Amino acid sequence: MLRFILRRILQAIPVLIIIATLTFFMVRLAPGKPFDAEKATTPEIRARLEAHYGLDKPLLQQYFSYMGNLVKGDFGPSFKYANRSVNELIAASFPVSLELGAYAMCIALMLGLLAGVIASLKPNSPTDYVPMSMAMVGICLPTFVMGPLLILVFGLTLGWFNTSGWFFPSDRVLPALTLGGYYAAYTARLARGGMLEIMHQDFIRTARAKGASEKRVVLRHALKGGLLPVVSFIGPAIAGLVSGSFVVEMIFQIPGLGRYFVTSALNRDYAMVMGTVIFFAVLILVMNLIVDIVLVWLNPKLRFD
Amino acid sequence: MPEAPELEKYAAHAMEDIEQGTSLWRDAWHRLQKNKLALFGGGFILLLALACFLSPFLGIQSYEEQNLTLGATPPSAEHWLGTDLLGRDLMARILYGGRISLSVGLAATAVSLLIGVIYGTLAGFLGGKTDALMMRFVDILYALPFTILVILLMVIFERSLLLLFMAIGAVEWLTMARIVRGQVLTLRRQEFIEAAEALGLRKRRIVFRHLIPNVLGVIIVYATLTVPSVMLLEAFLSFLGFGVQAPMSSWGTLINDGAKAMEEYPWLLLFPASFFSLTLFSLNFFGDGLRDALDPRASKD
Repeated sequence: MLRFILRRILQAIPVLIIIATLTFFMVRLAPGKPFDAEKATTPEIRARLEAHYGLDKPLLQQYFSYMGNLVKGDFGPSFKYANRSVNELIAASFPVSLELGAYAMCIALMLGLLAGVIASLKPNSPTDYVPMSMAMVGICLPTFVMGPLLILVFGLTLGWFNTSGWFFPSDRVLPALTLGGYYAAYTARLARGGMLEIMHQDFIRTARAKGASEKRVVLRHALKGGLLPVVSFIGPAIAGLVSGSFVVEMIFQIPGLGRYFVTSALNRDYAMVMGTVIFFAVLILVMNLIVDIVLVWLNPKLRFD
Repeated sequence: MPEAPELEKYAAHAMEDIEQGTSLWRDAWHRLQKNKLALFGGGFILLLALACFLSPFLGIQSYEEQNLTLGATPPSAEHWLGTDLLGRDLMARILYGGRISLSVGLAATAVSLLIGVIYGTLAGFLGGKTDALMMRFVDILYALPFTILVILLMVIFERSLLLLFMAIGAVEWLTMARIVRGQVLTLRRQEFIEAAEALGLRKRRIVFRHLIPNVLGVIIVYATLTVPSVMLLEAFLSFLGFGVQAPMSSWGTLINDGAKAMEEYPWLLLFPASFFSLTLFSLNFFGDGLRDALDPRASKD
């Protein structure tokens, strides 16, 4: 187990180096310099700015000093927000995104598992068709359609929620539903499929033959194995939640990291973009590792290798 | 014990049966015809594609013709789906946006298909260490936050449709490579390939006559399922402003415009959103139906 974790961490290091190198050179070799877009810059000011950010040094020297700082966990100063470091900006905005992501994940798992398990208990009956058709609709409504639609119905027409902002507890409802809805739908389909497969296995028949109640069969015997597909989906789902948060935070004007990433990308704040990309990469790699550990713990047939 | 002539008759009958055996494709078509949702999906996509690509020749209003005095109007007899803020016919704009969205979907799928099939077939066919190394590389790429890298790519370089195709295709080939490799691996171990080898057929004949037709079904199915995920990625990028740029418009940009104006003019959101969702819906159902129909393990019925 420990060896497995260590090996995964060792594998993650070259991946991160590749990502950092790739983003660094993509950004530096791009046509246009970071301060070209500023309207009121004279060549002197621009030269001073570039000297301040070390952009006048040879490319390789810039690369090694950036990587050196990165090892220390320092993403450098932001190009657009004067006197603020990328670390500060991430530290300020990530908790908001984390909160949103946590709510969305809860909605996805609770709603999805409930719907999927209920549907699997009586396949091809109304309790199967209704939740599964809703799941299919949910899958075909991506965040950028779902978000505006929810605002239109619950914000503008019914007036139950604010249409944007992140101030009151009620402001969390629509964004979390938007972000979690798609994954709830997907989870429901996976849970149904996994449960249906498990319910045909011999050990379930044995449990029934021994007189276990239906409730006990489902909760005690089937659930653990039936939910394996859902657990392996959590890894990709988290990566998806990250990119989904871009859209949701833009639509609902939530001051999270996703919105910072999009606006800094549109503003060409390269330091911020690079920092966020690497931060997201670490986040996704760590979450994938955790999911893999849980997966082996749930399914003894898999070994750590 | 039947008499000799009767035996001959049986034999002739058996021969006939073999000759009239239905092909894989005809079987699949029969199965597909029973799946009404998949047929509906396929039909809708076909109609939509025809409408989108033929709209320039149908003589309906141009997608960019403005009528500022008209402004945004709800659906009417003249403008079936209403007009947008600049008085442009929404129907024409949706059909035009659909042309871009579908083109991106098809072209990027083609890119991913090309890379994925070649890579997957090579890995599966070469096997051994080469295969392990090639698939390890795919695993590593899988771990990358690709959507973010695509955004980065679109920010840094001049945004063009070609770059969009390439970037999305470069992301989507991974799954295709994995699936094709898995198929080639299992097929290579099957008896009919062994039999073909035992018969002394040449390698090329084995690959083209026996291997490819059997992988083809799976490739077609996953290509059909890749199209909606590509269109989703394109719309996602365009919605955020990283994809298709004005004056061009795709469904992603139309939905974004609609979302901004939905308070006063909800139809500007509702129509593009329903076209987009219905298309995803149809493509997914059609793909699922194809998968059920083309899966050779599915029982004959």
